Amino acid sequence: MSLTPDDIARIANLARLELHPDESERMLTQINGFFGIVEAMRAVDTTGVEPLAHPVAVIQDVALRLRADVASEPNQREANQRSAPAVERGLFLVPKVIE
Amino acid sequence: MHSASKPLHDLGVAELAASLRAGQVSAVEAAQHFLGRARSHESLGAFLAIDEEVTMNQARAADARLAAGTAGPLEGVPLAHKDIFVTKDLPSTAGSRMLEGYRSPFDATVVRKLADAGVVTLGKLNCDEFAMGSSNENSAYQPACNPWDLSRVPGGSSGGSAVAVAARLAPAATGTDTGGSIRQPASFCGITGIKPTYGRASRYGMIAFASSLDQAGPMARSAEDCALLLSNLCGPDPDRDSTSLDLPTEDFARSLNDSIDGLRIGIPKEFFGEGLSADVRTAVEGVLGEFEKMGARLVPISLPRTELSIPVYYIIAPAEASSNLSRFDGVKFGHRAKAFADLVDMYKKTRAEGFGDEVKRRIMIGTYVLSHGYYDAYYLQAQKIRRMIADDFQQAFKSCDLIAGPVAPTVAWKLGGHGNDPLADYLADIFTLPASLAGLPGMSVPAGFGDGAMPVGLQLIGNYFTESRLLNAAHRLQQATDFHSRKPEGV
Repeated sequence: MSLTPDDIARIANLARLELHPDESERMLTQINGFFGIVEAMRAVDTTGVEPLAHPVAVIQDVALRLRADVASEPNQREANQRSAPAVERGLFLVPKVIE
Repeated sequence: MHSASKPLHDLGVAELAASLRAGQVSAVEAAQHFLGRARSHESLGAFLAIDEEVTMNQARAADARLAAGTAGPLEGVPLAHKDIFVTKDLPSTAGSRMLEGYRSPFDATVVRKLADAGVVTLGKLNCDEFAMGSSNENSAYQPACNPWDLSRVPGGSSGGSAVAVAARLAPAATGTDTGGSIRQPASFCGITGIKPTYGRASRYGMIAFASSLDQAGPMARSAEDCALLLSNLCGPDPDRDSTSLDLPTEDFARSLNDSIDGLRIGIPKEFFGEGLSADVRTAVEGVLGEFEKMGARLVPISLPRTELSIPVYYIIAPAEASSNLSRFDGVKFGHRAKAFADLVDMYKKTRAEGFGDEVKRRIMIGTYVLSHGYYDAYYLQAQKIRRMIADDFQQAFKSCDLIAGPVAPTVAWKLGGHGNDPLADYLADIFTLPASLAGLPGMSVPAGFGDGAMPVGLQLIGNYFTESRLLNAAHRLQQATDFHSRKPEGV
């Protein structure tokens, strides 16, 4: 299986990445090269095997913990917005989305 | 005031902590000494940020606590952080243009815990962009040079950390390991590093790459120093990291001096096949012989899916990365493109400008394998084989107490040596990926020298939660050999 230039364009759009034509071309070659080594993985029989997300779950139950639903953080709006590219009156600014 | 026979920068963490407690050296003196070295070795490219005022303020506070008798176990010991940990008082970039000038409103848990233990921060260390790479050449700012041969890479992604420790610019550093990013640079630079069991160290404030794999750990010159640091940076973080394990804090140095007589060391045949270069094999076999002299027994084992761990890792890690890195949208923090047509165009141009090539490649691979129609065939399949790889280790640990092999197939390669071939980098990760996928603790311990007189690292892999046993074996080896205390010429 090989990806086509159209696939690259579709994935780049999903990933919200603008790619220049030469970049797309390079990406296509490199990603297809990578999927060459992925074929070995696809051929493995995994019938009946459960996917593993938290590795320690191999030997014991791992329950992903939930925090009590209480406000624990103080208001730090200014500190949190200090590195934002565009802020006005405590709000993040984005280009106009609704006409 | 310092009167010990060795120069300050040759003291390890344990020795330095003792000298500080005994008043033989002050935290201010130590900080000044290491800052001076960082300045005079700037061309190594180890640091991305230094703020002398921040460091000296911390050092003065440490001296005050030492004088008042309220000192922590590492009071006044200077240390530098990989720039993947966010810090309130220093910039945090993850080696990316995307975060140029970024200031975090909080400290990572690992940073805070080490500060609570008394550590003084020397600065932030260079790394591959978002920890994606194994040569430090993917840093958006500067490459770092291997102090053993300036024309070679230091390894990565925690390259700056390994350089700083090997060149005596810091007695220790933090690193993170997703697929080998502590072990491989430690190996390439001749230092000691440990990645604990997944979930031991909090990931809060570690800029996320692949959340089911990322783990923090210390890099220093000896196993003893790593044990001290690890004891102070691990521990549950229940309110901040949902994957952090509910395990009490441990003293990982407690069994450093235990005998290893009768220890069964598993030797996976897949780690000693054709892909292993002869010089690395010779060095690794040399230290395995040292273990045998101390009464350990070498047991042949098999990790049959070692090669498969490459595609499995390079599906899972990019999938998680593509999701984690979606937060970089030019709105809440980080870079924003100057000119764009609309909101979507702003996202696309911002991300095109802010991310480097390797990061883009991994975002593309990750987006693809998570996209509709491909999820089962790639991501889910990879997660299933991940379980089989973890099961293989459990099978192996029935006949051995720990596993040993090389960290990497070769010594450090030349800067630019892998050219523009990302696959060459991926394939070189073969020996570190299996333990990462299984979430097992792993170490790199200096094992001698190979081609070009470059350091070789021995990898030790333990079962879950057996960090103290790994450190014990490494410490005993370091009592019998002096590879860990050698230093590069001119340092």
